Amino acid sequence: MSVRCGQALNAALHEIFERDERVYLIGEDLLDPYGGAFKISQGLSTRWPERVLTTPVSEASIFGVSAGLALRGYRPILEVMFGDFVTLGLDQVVNGIAKFRAMFDEQVTVPLVVRTPMGGRRGYGPTHSQSLEKLLLGVPGITVVAPSECHDVGALLSEAVDDDEPVFFIENKLMYGRPNRRPEGGRVDELACVEGEGPYPALTFSGNGFGRADATLVTYGGMLPVALDAATQLILEHEVFTEVVALSRLLPLDLEPVLDSLGRTGSLVTVEEGTLTGGIGAEIAARVQAEAWSDLTGPVTRVAALDGIVPSARSLEDEALPGVEDVVAAVTALERVGG
Amino acid sequence: MGRQEQAETALAGAGGEMRALYARMTLIRRFEETLLELFAAGKLHGTTHTCIGQEADAVGVISCLEPERDVVVSNHRCHGHYLAFTDDVDGLLREVMGRVGGVCGGKGGSQHLFRGNFYSNGVLGSTVPVAAGMALAEREKRTGAVATVFVGDGTLGQGVVYESLNLASLWELPLLVVVEHNGYAQSTPSTLQLAGDVEARAAAFGIAASRHDTTDVVEVQAAAREAVDHVRSTGTPYFLVLDTYRFSPHSKGDDFREPDEIAARRLRDPLTVAAGLVDEAEREEIATLVERRLDEAVEQALAAPAPAAAATEPASR
Repeated sequence: MSVRCGQALNAALHEIFERDERVYLIGEDLLDPYGGAFKISQGLSTRWPERVLTTPVSEASIFGVSAGLALRGYRPILEVMFGDFVTLGLDQVVNGIAKFRAMFDEQVTVPLVVRTPMGGRRGYGPTHSQSLEKLLLGVPGITVVAPSECHDVGALLSEAVDDDEPVFFIENKLMYGRPNRRPEGGRVDELACVEGEGPYPALTFSGNGFGRADATLVTYGGMLPVALDAATQLILEHEVFTEVVALSRLLPLDLEPVLDSLGRTGSLVTVEEGTLTGGIGAEIAARVQAEAWSDLTGPVTRVAALDGIVPSARSLEDEALPGVEDVVAAVTALERVGG
Repeated sequence: MGRQEQAETALAGAGGEMRALYARMTLIRRFEETLLELFAAGKLHGTTHTCIGQEADAVGVISCLEPERDVVVSNHRCHGHYLAFTDDVDGLLREVMGRVGGVCGGKGGSQHLFRGNFYSNGVLGSTVPVAAGMALAEREKRTGAVATVFVGDGTLGQGVVYESLNLASLWELPLLVVVEHNGYAQSTPSTLQLAGDVEARAAAFGIAASRHDTTDVVEVQAAAREAVDHVRSTGTPYFLVLDTYRFSPHSKGDDFREPDEIAARRLRDPLTVAAGLVDEAEREEIATLVERRLDEAVEQALAAPAPAAAATEPASR
C-alpha cells in the first residue's frame, strides 16, 4: 500500500530540513512527541531542535515573525494548526506578506510557506471545519497551492519551500490519512490520468481515454476523491462520461487544463468544499465564459457547501457539505446530458 | 565634489557629534515643512504624516545604531527615522512625490519605505512582530544586530503588540521597541484611548523598560544608548518610552487641538532645546546648507518624470 498523504508530507519536511538549513518551522504544539496537532511535523524538533520553534497561541504575531524571518534571508514554514485560524493572521498576509515585494519595488522577497489544514467531515464543528482558502484568492501577491491525494504532495511542498513567493499550502484534513494515490502507467484505478507540465501541475482524469465526453468537473484538494467517485458513478449508473481536472494551484489561477478539457466536453461543473458565494467556482465560471464561450453548451454549474456554518453533527455536516450525490445530480441536470 | 556632496559632508559630522545631531534634526524639520508646502502648493498628492516636533527621537535613537548592521522598522510617521538612518533625501522626496528615483519606485509612497536595513509599513502594530522576526533572524545569523521598531502610543491599542512582546521576551530577541508617546492617536488624546501604565506593559512581560519625558536630543541619545547597549549585550528586548509632542497635524490639515496647547509645547521644541549645541554661526551655516540641499532636491524631483507602469498581463490571466 502506498504511503498516506500525511506521511508523505512529513517525509518531505524531513528532506527539506536536511537539504536547506535556512528552513525553520514555526507554529503551535510542534515539539515531539506531539509533533503538531495533525502529526505532520513529527520528528523534526528531535532532529533539528534549533530550527523548530513552538510558539504561544499568537497567530497574528507568528505570521509577522515568519514574515520578518523571510525578509531577512530565511525560508520559514509556518504551521497554522487549523485553517480557520488563518483569519487571525490575515492583516499580516494582506498588508504585509503579500505586498512587501511589490511595494518595496521588487527589492525584497518573502519566501514563506504557510501550511494549514482545511476542510470538514470530521465533526469538528463550525470553527474547525471550514475551507477558507477562497478568502485568500482575492489577495494579489501570494500563491495558493492545494494538493489533492493524487498529486505528489511531498514534491509540491518542496517546491513551495523553494518558491520565492509567499505560498499558502492548503492540506485537506481527510487527505492526511488517505493513500497518496499517484498515477501509475497513466492511470489512477480505472481512470486515465494526465499530469500537466511545470510547477504545481494540474491532473486531468478521464473515464474514456480522453475521447469526447459529456462534462468537465474542475476541483481541487479534498474534493478530488468526491469528484472521482462521482465520475465513476456517472459512468456506471448513468452512462455519462466526464473528465475531472484537479488543480493544485488556485492562485495565480491557470485555466489552461480546464479550457483544454472543455474542448472535449462542452460543459463545466465546478466542485469545491467551501461555501458557494464568492468561491473559486464563481471565478472559474467568470473566466471560462469570457475565454471559451463558444465551447460552452450551457451555463457553468457550481457545486459547493451551503452558505452557512459547517455543523458538528454528522447528519447536519453531510447536509451542509457537497458530496458525491450533489456532484452526480449537478452533472445529470446539465441540459446536454439530458436533464 | 559637487555642491550637494559638499553639503552632505558638512551636515554629516564635520564639526563634531553635537553639530551632527543638530544638523540632522534641522534637515528632517525642513524636509517635512517642505513637504507640507509642496502639498499646499498642489505639487504632490497622496498623504503624509510628519514628525515635526518629534525629531529628537529619530535622531537621538538612530545615532546609537549602525546602519550597516542594525535593522529599523518604522511606521506611517517614518520620514524622520528614514532620513536619520539613510540620509537619503532624494530617494524619499521622489518617493513621496511619485517621481522616478523614488526609493521604492513610487510604489510605496510616504509610509512604505525600504532601503538597506530600513523598512516601514502603514498598519499600526503589524510592524512589531515583523521586527521581532527580523531580530530572530539576526540572532540566528549571529550578526549582533539590534532590530529597532518605532511605534506610537496609539499603537499600544493593538493586540498584536502584546503577543509580540511576549514572544520577544520568551525567545530573548534583540529587539528594541521605541514608543514615541506624543499623547495622541491621530485625533484622540491618550486619556481617551490608553488605560494603565505604559512602562508596566513591558514589565508584565519581563522586559526592561524606561521612560523619558524629554525633547533634548542629547538626553534621548543617552537613554537610547543605554537601551541599545542592553539589547546588544544581553540579547534581550528593551522597551524605551519617549514622551514627545507633534506640532504638525496627524496628516495634513486634520488638527483640532487647542492652539494654546500646541503653543505651550513649542517652548520645548527639540530644535530650540538643541540650539545651544552649536553656536549661532554654525546654526546659520547649517540652515543655509539644508536649504540649499532641499532646494536642489525639490528642483530635481520636480524635473524628474513620473514612473511609468510596467507592462502587465491582463487581469484575467
